[in-house]
Amino acid sequence: MTDRTLRTTPPPAPETTAADGGPAAAQPVLTLRGVRREFDTPRGRISAVAGVDLDVRPGSVVCLVGESGCGKTTTARIAAGLTAPSGGSVLFRGRDVAAMDKRERAGFRRSVQYIHQDPYASLNPVRTVWSTVTAGLRRHRMVGGRAEARGAAAELLERVDLTPAEDYLDKYPHQMSGGQRQRVAVARALAMNPQVVIADESTSMLDVSIRVSMLNTLGRLRDELGVGFLFITHDLAVARYFAWEGEVAVMYLGRVVEHGPTPRVVGDPRHPYTRALVSAVCEPDPDLARGGERFRLRSADVPDLTDPPPGCDFHPRCPLHEAGDCDTVRPPLVRHRDRSLSCHVVTRG
Amino acid sequence: MTDHSTTPEDTGALLSVSGVDIGYRTGRRTETTIVRDVSLDLYPGQSLALVGESGCGKTTLGLGLLRLLPRTGRISAGRILFRRKDGRRVDVRTLGKEELRRFRWNEAAMVFQGAMNAFNPVLRIEDHFTDTFRAHESGRGRRPRARILERSAELLEMLHLDPARVLRAHPHELSGGMRQRALIALALALEPQLLILDEPTTALDVLTQRAIVERLAELRERLGFSMVFITHDLGLAAELSDRVATMYAGRLIETGTTRDIFHRPRHPYTSALINSVPSVSGGRTLPESLPGGPPSLAALPPGCSFAPRCAHALDRCSRTRPEPELLQERDRGMSHAAACLRSTDTALFAEGATRD
Ligand SMILES: Nc1ncnc2c1ncn2[C@@H]1O[C@H](COP(=O)(O)OP(=O)(O)OP(=O)(O)O)[C@@H](O)[C@H]1O
Ligand SMILES: Nc1ncnc2c1ncn2[C@@H]1O[C@H](COP(=O)(O)OP(=O)(O)O)[C@@H](O)[C@H]1O
Ligand code: SF4
Ligand code: SF4
Ligand SMILES: [Mg+2]
Ligand SMILES: [Mg+2]
Repeated sequence: MTDRTLRTTPPPAPETTAADGGPAAAQPVLTLRGVRREFDTPRGRISAVAGVDLDVRPGSVVCLVGESGCGKTTTARIAAGLTAPSGGSVLFRGRDVAAMDKRERAGFRRSVQYIHQDPYASLNPVRTVWSTVTAGLRRHRMVGGRAEARGAAAELLERVDLTPAEDYLDKYPHQMSGGQRQRVAVARALAMNPQVVIADESTSMLDVSIRVSMLNTLGRLRDELGVGFLFITHDLAVARYFAWEGEVAVMYLGRVVEHGPTPRVVGDPRHPYTRALVSAVCEPDPDLARGGERFRLRSADVPDLTDPPPGCDFHPRCPLHEAGDCDTVRPPLVRHRDRSLSCHVVTRG
Repeated sequence: MTDHSTTPEDTGALLSVSGVDIGYRTGRRTETTIVRDVSLDLYPGQSLALVGESGCGKTTLGLGLLRLLPRTGRISAGRILFRRKDGRRVDVRTLGKEELRRFRWNEAAMVFQGAMNAFNPVLRIEDHFTDTFRAHESGRGRRPRARILERSAELLEMLHLDPARVLRAHPHELSGGMRQRALIALALALEPQLLILDEPTTALDVLTQRAIVERLAELRERLGFSMVFITHDLGLAAELSDRVATMYAGRLIETGTTRDIFHRPRHPYTSALINSVPSVSGGRTLPESLPGGPPSLAALPPGCSFAPRCAHALDRCSRTRPEPELLQERDRGMSHAAACLRSTDTALFAEGATRD
C-alpha cells in the first residue's frame, strides 16, 4: 500500500506495541509519507513541515510533541486535509487523498475530524449548541427534521459528559466555560462518526481538572469506539498520560527528531531536545521540582525559520553539540534500538 | 484566612489583607459578591501562589489588591495594608487618585492575564517602556529618555532578551514567550516591592514556561521583590512559591507552606487539584478527574461550598460552613490552615493517600 511513495526515513516501526497484540498491530487508518509544507512570508520562504512520516492506527494514539512554532499544527492540518502539502502524501486507509474523487474525499473529510486548539475561537458565536453539533449531520442529510437533529445532538452531548443535555442544547458559546465549549467541539467532531480524531493542543488553556476529565472523555472514545488519535501537545506529561500505549513523535523545526513508544521516549528520552522537553515540565511536587539537575538549553529561543542554522537544526541550542558534524551535516532520522532518532552524537553510542 | 492581621499592629508584613470582600454589579440594584472574607499576610521576599480553578475569583482578588478592578467591581469590606518603600503603612482601599498612580508600578505592579496579547500593536516595545516611566515617575525623579532606554535594556537583559532587537520591535514581531518576558521587564521597571502575575505561563509551551520560571527565580533572588502569582497550574506553584493559598468559590480554603500544601494537604479540594496534574516521572499513577465544576458564585450552596463535588462530604457538610482551622502555627504568615470540617480527620489525608 505504500508502493507509490518512497520512504525517506526508516519507519518508526511499532514492533514494541504490536508484539503484545494490542490495537497497534492493526493497519494504519491514516498515514503521512514524507509530508512537506513551505510558506512564503514577507521575510522569506519558510519550511514549516520538512518531511514527516506518521501512521495512526485504530484505537491508538500518536502524540506529536514540540514547542510553539515547530510545525505541529501545520502537520495536523495537512493530516486532516485542511492544508495541502507542498510535497509527500496523506493516505487514508491506504488511498492517497490527493488521488481521491469528490465522493471519496467527502468520506475522508467525515472520517478524519479535527478539533481546534482554542475552545474560544472554534465555535460559531451565533449558533446554539444543538445547531453547531448537528451542522454536519444536517448538511449531509443524515438526520431528518429539527426534532431528530435535537435528539441526535442530545445523544452526542451525553457522550461528552455534557449532562443533562437539555441544559446545553439551546446555549450559545458565550454562555459556557472553556471546558464546556471544548466538549461541544468534541461532540461536533463525533457526530461524523470519525475513525480518526486530530486534537490540537486541545487541553492547553484549560484548568487542570477540566483537562483531565476531557482527556478521560477522549480516552473512552479511543478505547470504546476504536477511534485513532493524532494528539498534539507541548507537554510530555500529558503525552505520557494520554498516549501511554501509543507513540510519541517529537518535532523540531518541521522534522521529527525522536519517535518511539511513549513509555520509552518519555521515561528515557535520548535526543537532547526531548531531554530538554522532559526536564522543562513543572512537576507537582516541590521536592522534585527543586532537586536534581535540569537539562539546560544554550538558548531559550527558536531560530529564525527564514534562516535556519546549517547542519543539525538544533545545534545552536544543543548542550551536547560537537563542532564538526553537528554544525555541517543534518543528522538523518535513523532506527536506534527501540526508537527512531536524529542525532549524530547519541546514535553513535 | 487565619486572622492574624485584624490587629492593626505592625508585624513587619509587606502586605496585610484582612476581611476583604469584592463584588461586581450585576444589575441595576444587584451586586454579586465574588471574593469573600479574604485575609492574608505577605512578608518581604515571599512568593505566594494563589491557585484554584477558573472562575473562583483569583483574578478579581489580584486586581482588587491594586485597586485595578473594572468600573463594575468594588471592594465592599476589609482592609489592604501595604508598607511603602518610605516605611509608612497605607490602606490601599483608601488611597486617592494621585496616591494610587504613584503606588502602582513604584510599589506594586501587575502582569495581567493574557496581557502578552494586549501590547499596543502600533507601538514599539521601547515606547511601552518610555510611556511607563513617564506616567509613573514623579516630578524630580524623572529620568531623561536616554537613561530610560538604558534601564530598559538592563531589565530586558535580565530576562535574557536582546535589547537591541526587542526595544525596536513591534509586539507582533516577538514570540508569545518573548512578549511575556518583555512584560515582566516592564512591570519591574520602577522596582516595585510586590509583583502580581496572573497566569504568567498559561498557553505558553513548556520550554517557554521553563524560561520564564527560571528568569523569575533569578530576578527574585537579585531584586528581592515579593510575588503573588495566580495560576491553575499546580506544577508552577510547586516550583515557584514558598507558600500556597487555595481559592474556591471566592474564599481561601487552605493556606500553608508549599511543602504543607503538596505533601500534607488538608482540604479535599487542594488534594484533588494536586492529584489531577499529570506527571512525567514517578509511578504510573493516573491523574484523577475532579467531577463537575465550581458552584455559581451568585447562588452558593449552604454549608461547605465544595460539598456537592467532595468525595468525603458528610451530611453536616451541607449544613455548616467550615471556618478555617489552624493546623500548624508558624510565623511570617507560614501557618497551615484549612477550612474543612474533616481537616483533622487524618485517615482521609494519610501520607501517601494523596499521591504515591
Ligand atoms: N499560513 C501560514 N503562513 C505563513 N506561515 C505560517 C502559516 N502557518 C504556519 N506558519 C508558520 O509555520 C511555522 C509552524 O507553525 P505551526 O502553527 O504549525 O506551529 P505549532 O507547532 O503548531 O506551534 P504552536 O505550539 O504555537 O501551536 C511557524 O513558524 C508559523 O509561523
Ligand atoms: N467585570 C466583571 N463583571 C462581572 N463579573 C465578573 C467580572 N469579572 C469577573 N467576573 C466574575 O467573577 C468570578 C471570578 O472571576 P475571576 O476573578 O476572573 O476568576 P479566576 O481568575 O479565578 O478565573 C467569575 O464568576 C466571573 O464570571
Ligand atoms: S546532532 Fe549534535 S547538535 Fe544535533 S542534537 Fe545531536 S548533539 Fe545536538
Ligand atoms: S467540609 Fe465536608 S464537603 Fe467540605 S471539603 Fe470538608 S469534607 Fe468535603
Ligand atoms: Mg499550533
Ligand atoms: Mg483569572
